[in-house]
Amino acid sequence: MKQVNRLDDGGRINRQTPLNFTFNDKTYQGFEGDTLASALLANGVDVVGRSFKYSRPRGVITADAQEPNAIFQVGSNDASTIPNPRATQTELYANLVCSSTNGWPNVDFDLMGTVGKVGGSAMPPGFYYKTFMFPQSMWMSYEKMIRKGAGLGCSPLQPDPDSYDKLNHHCDVMVVGAGPAGLSAALAAARAGARVIIADEQNEMGGSLLCSTELIDETAAAVWLVSTLTELAENDNVLLLPRSTAFGYYDQNYIGINERRSDHIGETNSNGTRQRLHKVRAKQVILATGAHERPLVFGNNDVPGCMLASAVTTYINRYAVVPGNRLALMTTNDNAYKAAIAWHDAGKSVVLIADTRPSADGFLVKEAMKRGIKVEFGHGIIDVKGSKRVKSVEVAPLSADGKSVSGQAVSYTCDTVASSGGWSPVLHLSSHTGSKPIWRDDIQGFVPGKTEQAQHICGGIQGVYDLSQVLEDGIKCGLAAAGDAGKNVSSLELLAPTVTKNIETPAMALFHIPHFKPTSRAPKQFVDYQNDVTAAGIELANREGFESIEHVKRYTALGFGTDQGKLGNINGMAITANSLGKTIPETGTTIFRPMYTPVTFGALSGSDVKQLFDPARFTAMHSWHVDNGAEFEDVGQWKRPWYYPKPGETMEQALARECLATRNSVGLLDASTLGKIDIQGKDAREFLNRVYTNPWSQLAVGKCRYGVMCKEDGMVFDDGVTACINDNRFQMTTTTGGAAGVLNWLELWHQTEWPELEVYFSTVTDHWSTMTISGPNSRKVLEKLTDADVSNEAFPYMGWIAAEVAGVKARIFRISFTGELSFEINVQANFGLHCWEAVVAAGQEFDITPYGTETMHILRAEKGFIIVGQDTDGSVTPQDLDMNWVVGKKKAFSYLGKRSWTREDNERTDRKQFVGLKPKDPKVVLPEGAQIVFDKDQPIPMTMVGHVTSSYYSACLGYSFALAVVKGGLERKGQSVFVPLADGTTIEAEICSSVFYDPKGDRQNV
Amino acid sequence: MLHIYCPYCEEFREEDEFHPVGEAHIERPLEPEALTDEQWSQYLFFRKNPRGLHHEMWVHGAGCRKFFNMTRHTVTYKILETYKMGQQPSVVAEESE
Amino acid sequence: MEKYSGFGLLKHSLSHHENWQRVWRNPTPKKHYDAIIVGGGGHGLATAYYMAKEHGMTNIAVVEKGYLGGGNTARNTTIIRSNYLWDEAAHLYEHSLKLWEGLAQDLNYNLMFSQRGVLNLGHTLQDMRDIERRVSANRLNGIDSQLLNTAEVQDIVPILDCSKTARYPVMGASWQPRGGTARHDAVAWGYARAADALGVDLLQQTEVTGIRRKDGAVCGVETNRGFISADKVACVAAGNSGTLAKMVGMELPLESHPLQAMVSEPIKPIIDTVVMSNHVHGYVSQSDKGDLVIGAGIDGYLGYGQRGSFNIVEHTISAIIEMFPIFSRVRLNRAWGGIVDTTPDACPIISKTHIKGLYFNCGWGTGGFKATPGSGNVFAHTVAKDEPHPLAKAFDIDRFTSGKLIDEHGAAGVAH
Repeated sequence: MKQVNRLDDGGRINRQTPLNFTFNDKTYQGFEGDTLASALLANGVDVVGRSFKYSRPRGVITADAQEPNAIFQVGSNDASTIPNPRATQTELYANLVCSSTNGWPNVDFDLMGTVGKVGGSAMPPGFYYKTFMFPQSMWMSYEKMIRKGAGLGCSPLQPDPDSYDKLNHHCDVMVVGAGPAGLSAALAAARAGARVIIADEQNEMGGSLLCSTELIDETAAAVWLVSTLTELAENDNVLLLPRSTAFGYYDQNYIGINERRSDHIGETNSNGTRQRLHKVRAKQVILATGAHERPLVFGNNDVPGCMLASAVTTYINRYAVVPGNRLALMTTNDNAYKAAIAWHDAGKSVVLIADTRPSADGFLVKEAMKRGIKVEFGHGIIDVKGSKRVKSVEVAPLSADGKSVSGQAVSYTCDTVASSGGWSPVLHLSSHTGSKPIWRDDIQGFVPGKTEQAQHICGGIQGVYDLSQVLEDGIKCGLAAAGDAGKNVSSLELLAPTVTKNIETPAMALFHIPHFKPTSRAPKQFVDYQNDVTAAGIELANREGFESIEHVKRYTALGFGTDQGKLGNINGMAITANSLGKTIPETGTTIFRPMYTPVTFGALSGSDVKQLFDPARFTAMHSWHVDNGAEFEDVGQWKRPWYYPKPGETMEQALARECLATRNSVGLLDASTLGKIDIQGKDAREFLNRVYTNPWSQLAVGKCRYGVMCKEDGMVFDDGVTACINDNRFQMTTTTGGAAGVLNWLELWHQTEWPELEVYFSTVTDHWSTMTISGPNSRKVLEKLTDADVSNEAFPYMGWIAAEVAGVKARIFRISFTGELSFEINVQANFGLHCWEAVVAAGQEFDITPYGTETMHILRAEKGFIIVGQDTDGSVTPQDLDMNWVVGKKKAFSYLGKRSWTREDNERTDRKQFVGLKPKDPKVVLPEGAQIVFDKDQPIPMTMVGHVTSSYYSACLGYSFALAVVKGGLERKGQSVFVPLADGTTIEAEICSSVFYDPKGDRQNV
Repeated sequence: MLHIYCPYCEEFREEDEFHPVGEAHIERPLEPEALTDEQWSQYLFFRKNPRGLHHEMWVHGAGCRKFFNMTRHTVTYKILETYKMGQQPSVVAEESE
Repeated sequence: MEKYSGFGLLKHSLSHHENWQRVWRNPTPKKHYDAIIVGGGGHGLATAYYMAKEHGMTNIAVVEKGYLGGGNTARNTTIIRSNYLWDEAAHLYEHSLKLWEGLAQDLNYNLMFSQRGVLNLGHTLQDMRDIERRVSANRLNGIDSQLLNTAEVQDIVPILDCSKTARYPVMGASWQPRGGTARHDAVAWGYARAADALGVDLLQQTEVTGIRRKDGAVCGVETNRGFISADKVACVAAGNSGTLAKMVGMELPLESHPLQAMVSEPIKPIIDTVVMSNHVHGYVSQSDKGDLVIGAGIDGYLGYGQRGSFNIVEHTISAIIEMFPIFSRVRLNRAWGGIVDTTPDACPIISKTHIKGLYFNCGWGTGGFKATPGSGNVFAHTVAKDEPHPLAKAFDIDRFTSGKLIDEHGAAGVAH
């Protein structure tokens, strides 16, 4: 297929590399260097999409990040497809497949368009707030219908085949934007010796120079561009990031940049990362982001063929595409004349320039006239005819203030309408950090306001548009930034290259072109194309009382498209200001938020996906657990063996086997994940007194003690056993999930309140592997592995010894969480697996049985031992747990949490208290978490008096049992409570002691 | 993302390494039992929460594990200074704010 | 008040929509009001509406320093549910949910309240215990709430990664079918329009600079538009509550933090419900426009800047991809921050104060939007009658002294 609109020469495309691509199932050809948009225009494709609300045919309007219409689905399959890239920013690659995101059955023949034409008049802004209310039950059906029209592109349906990564950078000067301002700033800063990063969203650096016909130092701008880029590239202190969008500016000079590394090559990148997130912490930031041209708002300004003047210039000069044959241009300024000049010079016809100003005689105006182009001053294009392509325009004289039509309209036949209402600085990044933009009447635009950041701006972003000034501004800015970053710039004298300064006639402040009819009755005049926001809609919102620009935006959806109002916001504000009789800044400022342009989720996540989403922690014995068929449970970041099913065994069977083996012979648990903190210093003991509720003054060397910690509000937050290693040294054990929090807690109190105490904390969780052998035969197993005397006399309960186990130095703690005779062997983690295997081998004759967390939970629950976080929830005191024995009454220091226990609410007698429950039916296991009531016949809402915290079937006891918190439960032992279930049945259970097994504790003392 | 100077490490590090702890300079009462419930609840729960300068405690959790204080503006997020535990700020937040 | 309807729209279209009435007046402040509500967000406007409608107080004003509904009302992720653990919170939020269910008709304003259901995922055994506890409590409180297993979750959200190979596999969820979302701005506008119609003065661009007292009782507010006398002053100012409290020398147990939210570009409907996971910190629903609306975790530091730190955005998006790997190529359009006022027990303060005629309603943390109707309703009662609404009693500020906190931190699903 012929590229009907492609010029034979010129442009920055490579005609030697033609690229085939498919759009809406039709194949076209473009060239390397094309964007999808330029290639489609080259092929004469007019309609690229349909609008969201009225389903009107739409064409390409811009050549940049502002594009609201050419929003595509790009990609050939369910995994690699990308919703919503702008064709203007999508580089063409071989065999690219894309389609429009709206339009049914297709964009050229769209049934919804008919609905839009017929129903459109009843769909002003906010129409949905005013209807679909009756009957109430129908909204969900209405909504289903409305949602059918929702969305642009489709999400992929398969996981992403690509990978992403991140890089952190530090630099002296971060330059955003590589147009003439940014490049000269980077050059100056680099020459001053600064470390510079310069990022630009486009495939080539150069910004406006890429489509400029101006001369720099009397040669083509492209020559200066090449020499500048070469110098920067050769400087080791400079990092050039093309195809890299600075999407967010965060506090303290932190810039987020998304680099597209392979999107221009093909759908996926099997050789590396698709996109990379650069996170730059800069000493100084230079925003050289330029300016965006504003379109004018006029009747039917959305018919395909209507474009921004600068976009026309760009397509001709940069891509060698003239997107039509007959151009009508409407402008408020000189700059837009470039479009007509380029059009004419490409050999096509310019039917008219309608200049809204009464007169103008700037350089470009004269150039156009020199070419014989017809210019009508004081005129505007008030309406466009055509539906899928511009057919003609209505041109009428305007009053001097531009607010009304002052004479008859004349019709001109044309196929393209370019418009320019002036330029808006691209100040988005500057407002990300909370800086409020300031309106400047002289440039008719907002510029960055006061900021707390080390931010510099140059070029278009501050309304400096003349190339010679821009280059000068860039150099000054680059030197200033380098200076502020600590570089010596006083000796450096840099001269800007020479560019002829052209005379310009001042622009006219005009945004909205009037029509004969009032706006409400005039042809639709679009302000925000993607959301079909019209001038009439904005005026209606104003009439209804939506006067703040934020209200207008939210009511009309102005600025809520994927272009985030880049194209329409200022025009919308101007229309609001005009209808309210205010100035633009009086309607409010417009605060931009990140992202500057949309950023791929995958890039934001980088490699923190799948198993790297959160690092998993494994004990030294993990491989053994895997080999022996363990099922795992996530506890904090740890993977802990949950139970070890044998082939064909159900979970219940496995648990019964593990429990019985431990109670009757010996079981083995990997307890390495419990937090371990080494506490040293002469005041360690005093410190423990302050953070634990129980006393530690008398704990002898070689002994262990269980302790409970409370927060200052008196609520239990961790527990565990601490051993006295020597008078100046203790080893604390914490819960698995609480380890990091407890260490932080200890440090907090030591560093902030009691620095006078000489004590040091160190986490040693990963240093030790811990295995617990538990059960009546555990001593026999241990004796086979050590020479130490581990008899009850030599090594009584709640003691610890240092000994050699399986040839390895070990600490053995004689503590028990099962209620059985137990030994906890701790060895250096490197020997963990060796020691574990030795224990397994030694235990073979006793049928030693590995057990997981579930069996551990059952066995400890039979003993009434709590698990913090399961049996407690941050609202439970030691007293509630019936653990008054762990509360020091005579301690000199008012330890953490103590004071809160005397508050009114803590002294209630009907607090929820920790008790045991025995279901009446010994086979029924209460659901963990189930709520408890006293009166099973009470209608809903029922009075809940507590809940089941732990619940199991005990193979050892032969019946089911549970732990629970129940209001006043300690005084209610023997009474019945009820657990109403979701299926309508109720389980009755009796409140009992929380200790079900070996209440005297004989078995652990043997 | 804040850029925080750790007064112990004596260098700027990224916010990821730190954790905010809350208002600084809250002293634990020496004799908690001597306080009324109202006074105790003031210590436990009531905070200045200023819109403006705030003295706040941070911990360099993924660094030196030291707690330190920071004076920061809660609207602009500008960090005026960080200082070691036990030191007083050189810029003081206005009480009347 | 002109009645809105589909017929009305057609009628107005014939006159090119030139004759629509103002949604609310733009009155000049009177010298005196019976009550002034400080804060023109959803909660303040709802308070005004119910004071006028249910308590006959029409000589009242809402003063707002910016524009109506411009604070957290405009910045949240619009999730509505009532499946809270503790009785006090559950009853309050359920009261609110019941009001939501008839609100569009009551206000004659379509708030697009969409009862598409809310899932709270569980990823660990403890999550599942917590979910069972909460679901069971909800059920006995008369709140629709169900426990779902992994297969049932997968049925509702086919695109959720429910595989065992996930870092934190989905083990089940709680499901509240009556929960959902609403159009946040419309809530403020609907209440404002209805309150205005009942005679309430809505004073925008009016900033309170002082609270004047006489003989120990409130007598009015100083504003940038002069002094306005009032018998009662009801503060509903979210993150700015502390500033108002300071005007009368009070401190509140509040901290104001940034809470970020974000939206993707619009995509075709792919997720029909609200999916929340506390464990991986991801919260997502899809708006009627097609945006994925995503809530982030709270920033730990104090902040009134309406922005938070970028690392939170990174973590949040990682969580979304962890839950929905197919969203990896979808693109993030916009991220922003609100200012949430949080209390030590993650429950609001709805309270009289020691100063006669001064009331506070604040501390909603991440739960404010869903509570809007209920909050306004019980606060209106509290202010109008000068005694707490029965559902508001437990949220008295004295609980921080007595220790009778309502600790929603302990419950799964505290956020949003």
